[in-house]
Amino acid sequence: MDQLRKKARELLESGAVKTVIGYGEGSGKAVRAVFIRQPEQTEKLILDERCRQNLAVYLLKPEVKNLGKPAVVARLPVLRSILELAAESQLADEQMVILGISPDGQLLDLAGLKAVADYVSAQSLELPPPEREQLEQIEKKSPAERWNFWQEEFSRCVKCYACRASCPLCYCSRCAVECNQPQWISSASHARGNLEWHLVRAMHLAGRCVNCGDCARACPVGIPLNLLTRKLGEEVFKDFGLRAGTTPELKYALATFLPEDQEDFIR
Amino acid sequence: MAEFEPKIVAFVCNWCTYAGADLTGTSRIKYAHNVRMIRLPCTGRIDFMLLLKAFARGADGVIVSGCHPGDCHYTAGNYHARRRWILFRQLLDFLGFDTQRLHFAWVSAAEGAKWAETVNSVVEEVRRLGPFQNYQQLARAGIE
Repeated sequence: MDQLRKKARELLESGAVKTVIGYGEGSGKAVRAVFIRQPEQTEKLILDERCRQNLAVYLLKPEVKNLGKPAVVARLPVLRSILELAAESQLADEQMVILGISPDGQLLDLAGLKAVADYVSAQSLELPPPEREQLEQIEKKSPAERWNFWQEEFSRCVKCYACRASCPLCYCSRCAVECNQPQWISSASHARGNLEWHLVRAMHLAGRCVNCGDCARACPVGIPLNLLTRKLGEEVFKDFGLRAGTTPELKYALATFLPEDQEDFIR
Repeated sequence: MAEFEPKIVAFVCNWCTYAGADLTGTSRIKYAHNVRMIRLPCTGRIDFMLLLKAFARGADGVIVSGCHPGDCHYTAGNYHARRRWILFRQLLDFLGFDTQRLHFAWVSAAEGAKWAETVNSVVEEVRRLGPFQNYQQLARAGIE
């Protein structure tokens, strides 16, 4: 934490960046994102187990861009989001300074996207066993049970789109859900509208989601909707051998193909 | 009571399956009349949201069909579509959606007989499954 504060202070004092996006104390025991603009305010930065929000989401917001060049505190999922955004031409090297944080909380020296990609590819990107187990618990249900399970979960959805707002990769200025001519996704929060929204959201993130889990953390009614994108991420890896957020080159699973792609359901 | 007649929507590509279905007709092969065909330029153009729309509007089954791999008029549209279908089916399955309602096929312009056979077998399968109540109950939410 001291390393991080010192580095942030240096960056602000030298004028290398105009703002540092990091974590600070929120109300109660909560942690919130802070945007540090003065060297003396770097004391507000904290770093602990509670700091899980994916800060990459702020890098594309116009109001944050207006603050000037940012430095961003980035654990592995944030680093991966940044790589994926770079792959999709939404971010470039000179637009930010990356304050990489190792799993044990040490500041990493990551100069540029190339270094980030090297660091990420040296990490294990396999799903941790508890996360895999969550998927398996749903997979082993019968289709009817799965349907009922998700209907039950989606019935609480109020279409607040916090999942979309919290996701660094949901950056389209005009989302498919706002399209009303034709209206692809029923905008009402009834059973069909909710199912359509969650299906479309998951499909549009297939092969792009880095499984940071922020959508589920943002959800005010606790729908485990990150399981949908996590499931697709695993399928993309299993079927096409690609993982999102590992390189700043575009390797989007659905923008490419192999003639030998395998399936067994086409007549 | 009259036997249940399933409503089937078929999204087909202009270059292979639509021409193939034409051939079915010109060859005077009869097939189930339950199918409503929608012609699109290429399977690569068939957004999964179109398939959802068909179910929302009361389809009991959907067929998606296009050129065989290697035969796409636009070189690679069907390969891209195939990747999308692979993931889309897995997502539907994970959600407990009945994937027996959604069928995929490669039917070339020369395969008039295969088209008739595909439609007939899908109609029979969906007839056996009955109306797609799961989805139609949801769909009503939007209308009522």
